[in-house]
Amino acid sequence: MKPILLIDFGSTYTKVTAVDADAAKLLGSAAAYTTVQTDINDGLANAVALLSEQTGKLEFAERYACSSAAGGLRMIASGLVPELTAEAAKCASLGAGAKVIKTYSFELTEDDAAEIVSMKPDIFLLVGGTDGGNKACILNNAHMLAGAGGDFPIVIAGNRNAARECEHILAGREVYVCENVMPKFGTLNIEPAQQKIREIFLSRIVRAKGLTKASELISGILMPTPSAFLAAMQLLADGTESQSGIGELIAVDVGGATTDVYSISAGMPDRPGTIIKGLPEPYVKRTVEGDVGMRYSIHGIVEAAGCEAIAAASGIAPARVQELVDYLATHTDMLPTTPELAALDEALAGYAIRTAVTRHAGRIEEVYTMMGLAYAQTGKNLMNVERLVVTGGSLIHTKNTRKIASYALYDPQDPTSLKPRKAELLVDRKYILAAMGLLSKYYPEAALTIMKEELENNGLAE
Amino acid sequence: MSNKKTLVIGVIGADVHAVGNKILYHAFTDAGFEVINLGVMVSQEEYIAAAIESNADAIVVSSLYGQGELDCRGMREKCDEAGLEGILLYVGGNIVIGKQPFDEVEKRFKAMGFNRAFPPGTPPETTIDALKEDLHVEG
Ligand code: B12
Repeated sequence: MKPILLIDFGSTYTKVTAVDADAAKLLGSAAAYTTVQTDINDGLANAVALLSEQTGKLEFAERYACSSAAGGLRMIASGLVPELTAEAAKCASLGAGAKVIKTYSFELTEDDAAEIVSMKPDIFLLVGGTDGGNKACILNNAHMLAGAGGDFPIVIAGNRNAARECEHILAGREVYVCENVMPKFGTLNIEPAQQKIREIFLSRIVRAKGLTKASELISGILMPTPSAFLAAMQLLADGTESQSGIGELIAVDVGGATTDVYSISAGMPDRPGTIIKGLPEPYVKRTVEGDVGMRYSIHGIVEAAGCEAIAAASGIAPARVQELVDYLATHTDMLPTTPELAALDEALAGYAIRTAVTRHAGRIEEVYTMMGLAYAQTGKNLMNVERLVVTGGSLIHTKNTRKIASYALYDPQDPTSLKPRKAELLVDRKYILAAMGLLSKYYPEAALTIMKEELENNGLAE
Repeated sequence: MSNKKTLVIGVIGADVHAVGNKILYHAFTDAGFEVINLGVMVSQEEYIAAAIESNADAIVVSSLYGQGELDCRGMREKCDEAGLEGILLYVGGNIVIGKQPFDEVEKRFKAMGFNRAFPPGTPPETTIDALKEDLHVEG
């Protein structure tokens, strides 16, 4: 037996998971309140104490942690054209597990720069221009950042012909130059920037957020929690050399403040003669809807879906829905303890999923030409993805997971949105996915085996 | 990066004629240009976005299916708006329906702000010569 402790320092809860890496078995999991204000180890100790009530006393051979505590990894990005390098910058940041507070496009103004400093990002990602392309924007933005102050590190990943000059402009600041996120028009190259972001997270952010005390005890805080989750999803989809994965998938994590969607899929068109438009899509993609969440961002769900739709889905009168939603927005730790609240939460979770997956998925447009129909696809075609992984309190603590999750699927009312036609539903009942992402860094076989074993198959959602 | 001039090319509107576009891509590349090919069914906004990021020297618009005049309207104004003042704009292919006297067609496209408009059947070499002249490329 080789017991390993996996820790997820969340903003509210510190979750701990124990596995036996030799036998590839889950030993237990527990959670306690995160104590980042005082000493983060208190919350950890509490969680471990709860864990050992289940597992008995364990001598952990290794301990690994991920963290989204103290706000997670908060980033701001700037690019040139909104749909091109600014989007690439956002995409790179999200894929590195960051929370993107704001993305700017075109030239930053002095007011923008002041706003950026006041938002105190953990990292700023400065991009713009293809290699050999536009320099003016990124140089201007470097000047604006240099003039505005602040002490956040800046990652430069824009036009390589302007990168060194940006570095000079920002002399005295903590600056890292890496490859352009869009070296050529229409080519995404986000991994080098993501790698740099992860390194900075490890070397600097963990310390700055008072998490170092914890890292003395554990073998290291390896990554931001979303990054761990993403690693787990990619492993689950793709497998390892000796063990096959389950194939292309979508995962949805419905939280209190945001709804995250992950897709591990090439997303290519299946109708012959379809033309692909817009930025190329990364195979591993993460999007975060900051306005879609079960409590802090509850109003965003209602805005996107309409109060009537939520009333219809929950069987609660519209006026009452509005009243309850307003209440929940300010009582963010309220659990659905009554049948009425449970029905409302289910409807809200369904529409949170629909809104977030619709924004994540691509669209197909029918173009009528004099010849007849032609198709243009933007974003990923997820219609043929057949696995859907769901997590988050509102999906785990209910018997109606399948009904709620089916909101992720193709909707005949919105036929141009390329969501899955049907999918096998896998539920993260035990909240282990971030832990498995951590484990996958050192024990990918065990992590994959445990995920296949522990994810609850809820059958086909149609 | 070299001092190559950068062109953004593509077929505008809902036009799917793909063959000429591929020929132009190869011809321009062989002639020493850096070419960003947006393919077919390209909107004005897509040309402009690509030209901004790549700091392009010219946008070469193709239109084959007859709706060129409609599709090209307002393109110069949008370029100006996007900070691409003075960028070289060409259009060619079968830019209008049927057989109309080309000098009149040319006049209309020039009034729309295109630097040059080419009649049907213009060989790539003619376009390349014009580009080299307008962009002051030697040889
Ligand atoms: C093949 C073809 C199709 C195929 C296209 C397949 C594909 N995906 O590529 C299909 C069947 C889909 C098609 C459909 C249509 N087509 Co069609 N098609 C043709 C055809 C027979 C050949 C086109 C071709 O590939 N030529 C070979 C290439 C190498 O030449 P090119 O495209 O002209 O490009 C060269 C030059 O024009 C020039 N050039 C191009 N762009 C530019 C730009 C600049 C700045 C310069 C200087 C030069 C330049 O350089 C290129 C390389 O040498 C032509 C007739 C013809 N013989 O040209 C009709 C033709 C273009 N089609 C025509 C029409 C009307 C249509 C349809 C609207 C309806 C229909 N009845 O078929 C639809 C439109 C569909 C759509 N949404 O675009 C008309 C256009 C009439 C007009 N403009 O007045 C043509 C001219 C036939 C005709 N005589 O009526 N078509």
